[in-house]
Amino acid sequence: MAHDRNPARLVGAAPGPAFEITFDGRPVPALPGQSLAAALWAAGILAWRTTRVGGRPRGAFCGIGHCFDCLATVNGTANRRACLVPARPGDTVTTQEGNGHGELAV
Amino acid sequence: MANSPSEEPEYDLAVIGAGPAGVAGAVTAAELGLAVALLDAAERPGGQFYRHPHPALGAARPQALHHDWGTFVDLRRRLAASGLRHLAGHHVWTVVPAGPEGPWGVHAVTGADGGGPLVRIRARAVLLATGAYERQLPFPGWALPGVVGAGGAQAMLKSGLVLPGNGTCSVGVRSRAGARVVVAGSGPLLLAVATTLAAAGARVPAVVEASDYLGYARRPGALAAQPGKLAEAAAHRAALWRHGVRLRTRSAVTEVHGADRVAAVTVSRLDRDWRPVRGSGRRIACDALAVGHGLVPQLDLALALGCATRRTPDGASALDLDTHQRTSVPGVWAAGETGGVGGAQLACVEGELAGLAIAARLRGRPAPTAIRRARSLRRRRDRMRAFADVMARTHAPGPGWSRWLDDATEVCRCEEVTAGRVREAVADHGARDARTVKLLTRAGMGWCQGRMCGPAVACLAAQVPGTGLPPSPERRPLAVPVPLGVLAALDEPPGPGDGTG
Ligand code: FES
Repeated sequence: MAHDRNPARLVGAAPGPAFEITFDGRPVPALPGQSLAAALWAAGILAWRTTRVGGRPRGAFCGIGHCFDCLATVNGTANRRACLVPARPGDTVTTQEGNGHGELAV
Repeated sequence: MANSPSEEPEYDLAVIGAGPAGVAGAVTAAELGLAVALLDAAERPGGQFYRHPHPALGAARPQALHHDWGTFVDLRRRLAASGLRHLAGHHVWTVVPAGPEGPWGVHAVTGADGGGPLVRIRARAVLLATGAYERQLPFPGWALPGVVGAGGAQAMLKSGLVLPGNGTCSVGVRSRAGARVVVAGSGPLLLAVATTLAAAGARVPAVVEASDYLGYARRPGALAAQPGKLAEAAAHRAALWRHGVRLRTRSAVTEVHGADRVAAVTVSRLDRDWRPVRGSGRRIACDALAVGHGLVPQLDLALALGCATRRTPDGASALDLDTHQRTSVPGVWAAGETGGVGGAQLACVEGELAGLAIAARLRGRPAPTAIRRARSLRRRRDRMRAFADVMARTHAPGPGWSRWLDDATEVCRCEEVTAGRVREAVADHGARDARTVKLLTRAGMGWCQGRMCGPAVACLAAQVPGTGLPPSPERRPLAVPVPLGVLAALDEPPGPGDGTG
């Protein structure tokens, strides 16, 4: 029974056409109006960051911009909060490692 | 200069936060003729409670995710008709007085996650309606992907139409079997979260509530005065029953299992003090855990202004307000969860009361003590506040919760500080408060500035006998993250456009 229910059906959603973003190079569908974190969740992706000290995976936790667990590198910019940033066609999200500035290390 | 904020004209009133309290306060004041600016971080009004799908998602029935959607529709209509200035996407990070009672400089960064231009507005009065955030108590495995805030799961569902776990579909995305989401923690929010998740297709194997509901029964007077609350709880229980969801009281998730994402949780029974009962642990397979232990008022801006606080029955700090919603700082009012967590209806009533009082004050009239509208609002507020106190007492964390932690449990998620290191700071280095623990371990020094671990760290440090809770509110200099250059530019130079007087 639970299989027939879904969030879109619950609210009678008729979104604009889905578009594509990429996560670590793989295509992920997103709907207009969704945050990057929502698009990743919808694709079953729960982690898009590894921590600085333990290298452990993290994704969205608080969902509203408070916890900073959901930091991701978006179109080359590190430390964006994926739960707040709206998804746009062609966005590239890459797993952020450590403090997100590894590629700038001198 | 890139770092100097763009100037906005002066307003009579700046309302910070566009949730139920802020919108109610702003429209009430605007309808009485004040020039009002309403600042909020989100794109759309409603706050966390009335968070709703982005218009591009074309939701025909947003009310399916809400109770009392009609109240919001009405507020939104008044907002549109009021002509007040709604500054969306404005993350207010500080409020600075120009004189002893204002006017106030309200500083904000803009954009989805605060990367946009700086804005400063000026106002003769300020209404703080900054709401609350979720209280989290750590336990082994709580940093694993798939563990999400209960409020966070609901927020992502309300705005993005997604469920945590295995990616249960939305339109245009392949449909999969419903994620199994355990809902755990304490407080009335859990029942609402579980009901909404189940209605949206999640399978909810269990709702795990750490307290029992006897606290309500012990205060029948407060409950009888709020029959609506009882009906709401009954409706949730009925919905959970329909969806086959089991409610376990006096229990907690004491461990999460999984390699790189949630695979199962252990649920343990708790004794009166919230200590896990030995041998009572049972494993439940699931794809996600939505967890939260109620809400705590968000007071960053208020504390920086020096507003006095009071201790709520669940040990949190809330603003100390007079009968007209005034804080202890002249020129600053507050409404909603900032004065103690009590829900959206209470927030609306307090917002309206504050709007009335501010309009009277700015017009040089006496406070609206006698007028009918204010009198009936005050009566409703006092009834709902009494109920909120019962609710807080019923769900207050018991001191035994720290027994859920082993030494390897991460307490501070940002800085990855374990319970073992916090205990070491307390036992070996004599730390007695969150501040000292922070200096010794870096707990609470990371990105979130202790918003996630603050209550837990303070409790581990203080070990106040008979309470599981921190002794005093934490002060944070900044309410949201701000680039250093912005701080350097904050000198509030007097001069043209200053608008003093
Ligand atoms: S999930 Fe907490 S900040 Fe994005």
